[in-house]
Amino acid sequence: MSDTIHIHPGQVGHEVAHDDHHHGHHEQSFVTKYIFSQDHKTIGKQFLVTGIIWAIVGGLFSVLFRLQLGFPGQTFPILETVFGKWAEGGVIKAEFYYALITMHGTVLVFFVLTAGLSGTFANLLIPLQVGARDMASPFLNMLSYWFFFLASIVMISSLFLHTGPAAGGWTVYPPLSALGQASIGSRLGMDFWIVSMALFVVSALLGGLNYIATILNMRTKGMSMTRLPLTIWALFFTAVLGVLSFPVLFSGLILLLFDRNLGTSFYLSDIVVNGEILNNEGGSAILFQHLFWFLGHPEVYIILLPAMGMVSEILSVNSRKPIFGYMAMLGSLFAIAILAFLVWAHHMFVTGLNPFLGSIFVLLTLLIAVPSAIKVFNWLTTLWRGNIRLTPATLFAIGFVSLFISGGLTGIFLGNSTIDIHLHDTMFVVAHFHIVMGVASMFGMFAGIYHWFPKMFGRYLNSTLGYIHFWVTIVGAYLIFWPMHYEGLAGMPRRYLDKSSWASFSQFGDLDKMITIVSIIVFAVQLMFVFNFFYSIFKGRKVTSTNPWGANTLEWTTPINPGHGNWEGEIPEVHRWAYDYGKDGREFIPQTEPVGANESKH
Amino acid sequence: MQTVFIVAILLLGFLITFQIAKASEYVAVLRGEEKAKKQTNKVNAFLLLAFLILGLIGVYYCNETLKGKILGEAASNHGKHIDTMLQITLVLTGIVFVITQVALFWFAYKYQQSDDRKAYYYPHNNKLEVIWTVIPAIALTVLVGFGIFYWFKITGDAPKDAMEVEIIGSQFKWEFRYPGHDGPGGKGVFGKKYFKNITGDNPLGQIWDDPANRDDVYVTGEPMHLVVNKPVRLVINSKDVIHDVGLVHFRMKMDAVPGTPTTMWFTPTKTSKQMAQELGKANFVYEISCDQMCGKGHTGMRGEVIVETQEQFDAWMATKQPLYDKLFVNKPAVTDSTHTPDSTAKSVTAVLLKK
Repeated sequence: MSDTIHIHPGQVGHEVAHDDHHHGHHEQSFVTKYIFSQDHKTIGKQFLVTGIIWAIVGGLFSVLFRLQLGFPGQTFPILETVFGKWAEGGVIKAEFYYALITMHGTVLVFFVLTAGLSGTFANLLIPLQVGARDMASPFLNMLSYWFFFLASIVMISSLFLHTGPAAGGWTVYPPLSALGQASIGSRLGMDFWIVSMALFVVSALLGGLNYIATILNMRTKGMSMTRLPLTIWALFFTAVLGVLSFPVLFSGLILLLFDRNLGTSFYLSDIVVNGEILNNEGGSAILFQHLFWFLGHPEVYIILLPAMGMVSEILSVNSRKPIFGYMAMLGSLFAIAILAFLVWAHHMFVTGLNPFLGSIFVLLTLLIAVPSAIKVFNWLTTLWRGNIRLTPATLFAIGFVSLFISGGLTGIFLGNSTIDIHLHDTMFVVAHFHIVMGVASMFGMFAGIYHWFPKMFGRYLNSTLGYIHFWVTIVGAYLIFWPMHYEGLAGMPRRYLDKSSWASFSQFGDLDKMITIVSIIVFAVQLMFVFNFFYSIFKGRKVTSTNPWGANTLEWTTPINPGHGNWEGEIPEVHRWAYDYGKDGREFIPQTEPVGANESKH
Repeated sequence: MQTVFIVAILLLGFLITFQIAKASEYVAVLRGEEKAKKQTNKVNAFLLLAFLILGLIGVYYCNETLKGKILGEAASNHGKHIDTMLQITLVLTGIVFVITQVALFWFAYKYQQSDDRKAYYYPHNNKLEVIWTVIPAIALTVLVGFGIFYWFKITGDAPKDAMEVEIIGSQFKWEFRYPGHDGPGGKGVFGKKYFKNITGDNPLGQIWDDPANRDDVYVTGEPMHLVVNKPVRLVINSKDVIHDVGLVHFRMKMDAVPGTPTTMWFTPTKTSKQMAQELGKANFVYEISCDQMCGKGHTGMRGEVIVETQEQFDAWMATKQPLYDKLFVNKPAVTDSTHTPDSTAKSVTAVLLKK
């Protein structure tokens, strides 16, 4: 095991320091450098670009079905242009509406906010911030991306099936998802969905195990666990959650595959569908929900924790102040990770769950608000008496905190089973999780992209476009989702296509129009961000110093465009935690600087 | 044409924005980057403050505009509990919302970068952290306490005198069954059923060998009738996929799961007529919405409930005839064999009846 890596001008060493099986130096072809790359930074970028493409697809779906929701009576020729037979005459067919919401949910939850978010930043930041030349296993890391890519191909293909993609909601509850007779989307499209998700789970596991192994074993000299930046802690807990919960989803989906194709009855019992009496007896439809939500709830923290970690880091760097209560932040991350496994049945209060069991889940669910509150107060205190640089990344981080507060508080309504009886499966739920999990995590992701873009590409994103992006998005997000809570308070069920035939839910026509229009604008601005992203990769302003934000963490000790192996020469040694900002009158003290004799203690 | 127009406008707007953004970057470089950065910092800090103020006004305005549209007073005993719980939570979370959002945006504005300011090195304070662990914990204990208290009231056993109605969901309709009066004390008992007995004539798969089925009344294609101020226990079933009986005005909801019957009970406190008067809507109806996505007709899976006085209910019930009578008693011309279950189903029937 050598600690150095040999870099020749114009050629980047391929092998990694900890790799005992040296392949020797060789010229990197385009394929090994950009496609089947084992460099964690390139893999991170691959996750990010794939995630962005998915986000455009998933976002576009929501805009298109929002057209139908906002203007129920009207026809939109563009819908027929895009969807063909599924929107004949410019009106989305009901069965295809359900396919669209299913794809929107699946794509954004798994492909964008899991793979695109933690895939990108775990890959980019873990080796750079713990001080390693690459992941524990660069090869498995590469496989992790390519399994994700395969999953993407299968999911995309399902869109072009004759019977359409899966249409049972992103939660794919059987029996609906198990019976082709019950829904056209439960035919071949559902098998594609299961296969795609199985591949996705493989990708998540390969990635997650690698992240954990790297964080535990490959920290540089002096980087004790309590000196790790909070981003790394957050990504660590994210990986642990994924490794422990994704296999449960996998098993649930395999049983579903059996029920669909092999005549088993894990989830099916007493069914007469379209006049056809099925033979299945003794299964439990609710069993699937337990298996699904055993992943499904940790999944929302898999999405949120990386955003929390990055926001902590970005707020601290740009307030020029240490993160307030590092140990409390760490403890609350830990508490959230543990509790994430103990609250899944709060998605099932009205399934006939034993009321006593329900009350236990109420207690555990509301308990999770305590560590969440600690985090919010600590972020606020980090800003307090800072000297805040309002970069686009900082603004998105502040936006994240605002959205996390708003969405977190509505979670207290839903986690309380008494109120959940009324609000369950209404638009209130849609508003809640879009704010707290969807938009907030997107904000965390944007903050991360604006902040680490210089490290990724050696150039800056255009910040004027960044400011426009932030302001339109935060105003739009609140305009879309805040009034939506009222639809839910009125009891309007989610996943309703046309409310006009209902006496109880038809009073929100104008509101639905407004939401649709705003969502189109917000989507357009995201496209502008995408343009900014790709334009800036090639034409953005060049970064001229290695540490443009004046940050303490190790990634800013690497060259502006680090090669494979990250550091030329020795890996730096760490002497302090990552948050010595504004200490002893100095603006920042990098982690690599030894503790001085006269330095004050904290 | 319209879409092309909109796309053209968006593209144009985007091009202009992009050119301005690019130009502003050049200007920044020319004018000196530090100066330009300070300028944008000030602008954004001001915008954060403006966002806070306008946002809070927006929250108020949104509430004023929409609060009249959220259904009014609950029409069941449990509904009132749920509304109370909702209000308690709303007040508590509302306070936290305002305090934290104000602090967030105010700090971001107040402590914007300035040359005269030095960031205050403040890594932790155990006392503060204990305080804001304990306060939320206490607040949440209160919410959990109230919540569980009401939850057990709502999900506890139905009163002994509750009437029972079975409600069965299937793609995409609701069917109902009333148990008659064949039990002890004139209370009805539902006859057993088996899904393999389901035919066009026997839509619920009732087992005709079970005498309890003889006076069960099957209702479909019309509203479910309930009696005001009389507790009702719904026995909920599904024939195909998971549905959900959603009763917004009563604030009640329960999944209909194939193979696993569920129940819920409540007491309607207002007749349909009363509600129509109170809300000033002559055409008011209690609606049953399916709240669990069940396929392409999910949006249209609508049922109605009529809440009326005992006399009105009895009069309505008197017009109904048990399905058994319809099939076997008042239709003597039809031979029994066409309607008795087939041999396989019969053997299963026997097993079920022995239980």
